Amino acid sequence: MELFINRIPKGKQFLISILLICTVAAFCYTLTAYIGYKVVAFILLFTVSLIAITLDILPVLAAAVLSALLWDFFFIPPHFTFQVGSTEDVILLLMYFIIALVNAVLTYKIRQVEKLARLKEEKANTVKLYNTLLNSLSHELRTPISTIIAATDNLQAGNTKLNSEDKHELISEIAKASFRLNQQVDNLLNMSRIEAGFIQPKNDWCDISEIIYDAVKRVEENSISQQIHISINPGIPLFKFDKGMLEQILYNLLNNAAIYTNDDCHIRVSATYYVDIMEILVEDNGPGFPKDEIDNVFNKFYRLKNSATGGTGLGLSIVKGFVEAQKGSITLENVATGGAKFTIVIKGEISYLKIKND
Amino acid sequence: MTKAEILVIDDEAQIRKLLQITLQSNDYVVKEAATAREGSIMAANHPPDLIILDLGLPDENGHEVLKKLRGWYTNPIIILSVQSAEEDIIRSLDNGANDYLVKPFRTGELLARIRSSLRSTSAEESVPIINCKSLVIDLSARIVKKHNEIIKLTSTEYNLLSLFARNEGKVLTHHYLLREIWGPGYINQSQYLRVFTAQLRKKIENDPNRPEYILTETGIGYRFVAREY
Repeated sequence: MELFINRIPKGKQFLISILLICTVAAFCYTLTAYIGYKVVAFILLFTVSLIAITLDILPVLAAAVLSALLWDFFFIPPHFTFQVGSTEDVILLLMYFIIALVNAVLTYKIRQVEKLARLKEEKANTVKLYNTLLNSLSHELRTPISTIIAATDNLQAGNTKLNSEDKHELISEIAKASFRLNQQVDNLLNMSRIEAGFIQPKNDWCDISEIIYDAVKRVEENSISQQIHISINPGIPLFKFDKGMLEQILYNLLNNAAIYTNDDCHIRVSATYYVDIMEILVEDNGPGFPKDEIDNVFNKFYRLKNSATGGTGLGLSIVKGFVEAQKGSITLENVATGGAKFTIVIKGEISYLKIKND
Repeated sequence: MTKAEILVIDDEAQIRKLLQITLQSNDYVVKEAATAREGSIMAANHPPDLIILDLGLPDENGHEVLKKLRGWYTNPIIILSVQSAEEDIIRSLDNGANDYLVKPFRTGELLARIRSSLRSTSAEESVPIINCKSLVIDLSARIVKKHNEIIKLTSTEYNLLSLFARNEGKVLTHHYLLREIWGPGYINQSQYLRVFTAQLRKKIENDPNRPEYILTETGIGYRFVAREY
């Protein structure tokens, strides 16, 4: 609610409250034959309360004052004057005015308190997030660093018990660890680019099949055991996208699918288009995502509750950041037959220059 | 044949050490400089066969160093940098670098780049025949064969392939390719390049989706590789 209100500019808020009060007053005026002016006061008060729940304090005060004046002018006899006939009506008008104001101020105060509570909660969440970040980051960076240090120590110490096979294995561990380290640093750099808000997509003509095959090749280089099936609508025209970003998006999604599904699972990536809209699907027939966590998976540093150690929770948030940088959208759902399905939709300029398929 | 001499200009002692070991064990003579100033003086006093230049030097912007070197130095310059931004790479290629490599790099790749850069200066466009795996390109006879069968190419496809072949192993930027094949008015019409490269791949690659010859350098251009290292 709060977010929604904040988006309405101040001037418009005044307009809304004034219009609402006038409309309700006009409506009541048409009913004066059936309802007494005291009932009108209740209807107007009710309207002020509604406004108090939704709008800022100043427009609400304006509504309170305006409604009191309208009630006095049009409904309290004598009509069409600000004069008040009886002492009883004077008291009523005064009471009306005070209740309307108290109503407005109280609602405003309650909202302020709520806002404070929310801020506090947000702060607590940030601290929690920060701690999770430090934990997962230090784990993700320290593990490969420890591997490298330990392996080189072994090789350096002149350990005579090491046979050539051991040495070879140590060296290959160093290689793996450096690769992992490099990937995490890339992730962090990408994330900080997104966070800093200066990722400008460098759009150029893209052949989507080239991008998909390049991403699949990179994932396959991680010696995965699952099969990746590719299906691309052969008629897709060239689109103007940021190739580097799109390739990273697909790499992260496919790599995730490969890490979190069983060895005998199938991963499918497909692309099609509707005029100038490209749709890319990445699906698998693995376990899918837990229902109660599916909304959080794109959040920065978010990791599924029972996922194994390793991973920084950055992959999917980078995906989302890159998709949105190209003004596209990404959704995740579990498919009925089991497995997860990511749908990316991006609108882009298309070229009518065709690749001949003969 | 005398050993080729390589000058490494990089401020990181670790990288210099590593390059020295790698290059010396592959029969190159290695000279080292830690600053732009030192490197420029060494290059001027005794021009090496190739320079490996880091873009992030402490005393001067790497792009400026490159421009100054290119004022008089004609042998290959390979950029070795942690800056992976496409603009940086394209800018250095436009400023006359022969090739680039982003840190962290694989030594095998570095050696391949060095070999191909050194070859292009010694051979100067006189590579009439390329014969690699199932592909034969005979530039003097204007014949391209795959699995011993002649492939029909349109004139644009042939021009593109022969430009690739004459620059085997070297990265060519989109702008360069568009200017050379279609002319200066077309340097922003990269869709032509995409379409013709895709068609060329369909004709010469064994699997056009997993190209072995025409490799994509994302955001930069293409690299034609037809030599088994």
